[in-house]
Amino acid sequence: MNWLTNVVPPKIKNLLYAPKKDVPDNLWIKCPETGEMVFHRDLESNQYVVPSSNFHMRMPSRKRMASLFDGGVYESIAVAAVPLDPLKFRDERRYVDRLKDAKTKTGLEDAVLVATGALEGLAVTAAVQDFDFMGGSLGMAAGEAIVTGLLSARDRRTPFILFAASGGARMQEGILSLMQMPRTTAAIQALREEQLPYIVVLTNPTTGGVTASYAMLGDVHLAEPGALIGFAGPRVIEQTIREKLPEGFQRAEYLLEHGMVDMVVHRHDMRSTLSRLCHILTKTPKRDESTALVTQAAE
Amino acid sequence: MRSYLEFEKPVADLEGQIQELRALAEKGEAVDVKDEISKLEAKSAQALNDLYQKLTPWQKTLVARHPDRPHCVDYIGGLIADFTPLAGDRAFGDDQAIIAGFGRFRGTSVAVIGNEKGADTKSRLKHNFGMARPEGYRKAVRIMELADRFDVPVLSLVDTAGAFPGIEAEERGQAEAIARSTNACLALGVPNVSVIIGEGGSGGAIAIATANRVLMLEHAIYSVISPEGAASILWRDSARAQDAATNMKITAQDLIRFKVIDQIIGEPVGGAHRAPEAVITSAGNAIERAFAELAGQSPDQIRRARREKFLAIGRSL
Repeated sequence: MNWLTNVVPPKIKNLLYAPKKDVPDNLWIKCPETGEMVFHRDLESNQYVVPSSNFHMRMPSRKRMASLFDGGVYESIAVAAVPLDPLKFRDERRYVDRLKDAKTKTGLEDAVLVATGALEGLAVTAAVQDFDFMGGSLGMAAGEAIVTGLLSARDRRTPFILFAASGGARMQEGILSLMQMPRTTAAIQALREEQLPYIVVLTNPTTGGVTASYAMLGDVHLAEPGALIGFAGPRVIEQTIREKLPEGFQRAEYLLEHGMVDMVVHRHDMRSTLSRLCHILTKTPKRDESTALVTQAAE
Repeated sequence: MRSYLEFEKPVADLEGQIQELRALAEKGEAVDVKDEISKLEAKSAQALNDLYQKLTPWQKTLVARHPDRPHCVDYIGGLIADFTPLAGDRAFGDDQAIIAGFGRFRGTSVAVIGNEKGADTKSRLKHNFGMARPEGYRKAVRIMELADRFDVPVLSLVDTAGAFPGIEAEERGQAEAIARSTNACLALGVPNVSVIIGEGGSGGAIAIATANRVLMLEHAIYSVISPEGAASILWRDSARAQDAATNMKITAQDLIRFKVIDQIIGEPVGGAHRAPEAVITSAGNAIERAFAELAGQSPDQIRRARREKFLAIGRSL
């Protein structure tokens, strides 16, 4: 306490100390389900799963990549640049400005990262969609990244793992966004021809054009607990039918029950499940030490 | 009775006057109205021409949705002989929002898949206003697979605001059904040609419009989301649909520039609904030419060309 904190009226004090007020928000994160506050380091060390409630928070794409590959080591795959703002789009703000903000906020070039590395010794290619980059929306850059990932997996003869998270199409890119649906599908067919597995992990939320294309065309579909997965968003459906939606509607468990996903997998078990599937489907024997690791984890 | 769009009011007034004069002349109450009528006719033709020369994207949206615009069933009626619709997805039910079957197009066997909106209250309900459920897309997949097996080319007629957003559609896997249908288009070893005849609405359209050749009517629209949908999300105000329509570049003239479509089929002045037969015939001619260009290729060549075509979209703008 100094003279300033004692004497200055509260409003001005707030102005002066505003940055400090923000700090607890960043360090302590609220569980959306229980409202419980979790220290950010505890959340991060638990793969962004709230320890007491098991709520799966969003995971930044680089952290996701690190959690997938052996020793957290992976090599990013470069994605060719796409035309910037071909529609010269502006709504309440210019699209180029929105893009710039998203890049600054996330440190990413666009919504999808692509990388290759080892998964319990097996070479795999992976793509991660980051919801924090404009809602993970599917535009030309994201589409090109998915296509590049799939074709690169085909060329390297590796399985392809996709972590989906998206609100749907990038409306600011109009029809060119829609065209990413057939484009990614074409690339999936190229991978399929080589008999390489394509595994989709549906994370919260995956909706719209992403679900209606590459996210529902996997050989195997895994989903994280509680993830919202669907074609139309709940709000759109409620507006159309003017009814409240049933409890648990469009959640991962609902999709499992309705035959759209193969399993709902806790994030702690994701890596071992993906590894098991990739090894079995590519007929690769597991290395002794990794088998030992899995047995340990199961105990 | 012709229905007019709001922006067509000047034309509606003139055409109204012409009709009144004609009625008078028939009753013999007016003498020598011939000159007046032909003067008015020239004036209204000019007014219509002026309007349609420079339709805004929003006006095109209204023309594309015009209640009298020829729909899928009209094209099938005009172009497909012996049309034999098939029903059902063999899993759950039949969805009349998508019409699918086989017939003969100018002498050649063809599979036809199309969105049908319906033309009056009863048929609109039957076809769910052209908004398909998963069964519709699964029926489309079934017909595409049959076409492939019998080596019959596929024609698709696109006219939908989008796939149906509802509980039961989600329950039965709307997203998966759309994805599989796009996938089936890309897997076809026979040529496919798609015509956007009215509204090409989002995933509900691309599911059947992923074709070797994509043709589009002059005043049709094709977009990732409806102008109203984009307005309510981006501007948080669905009344801004006009701005959304302009910004999203949804007209045939925009899309040919982006190389998303291959050809524009002209419409008569005043839109397709003013001369449906002429439009259907010129669509038929364009379809025939497109199929002719694609003839004589192996299934592998057809598939590869289609895949390369879509992968190339957006790479050179």
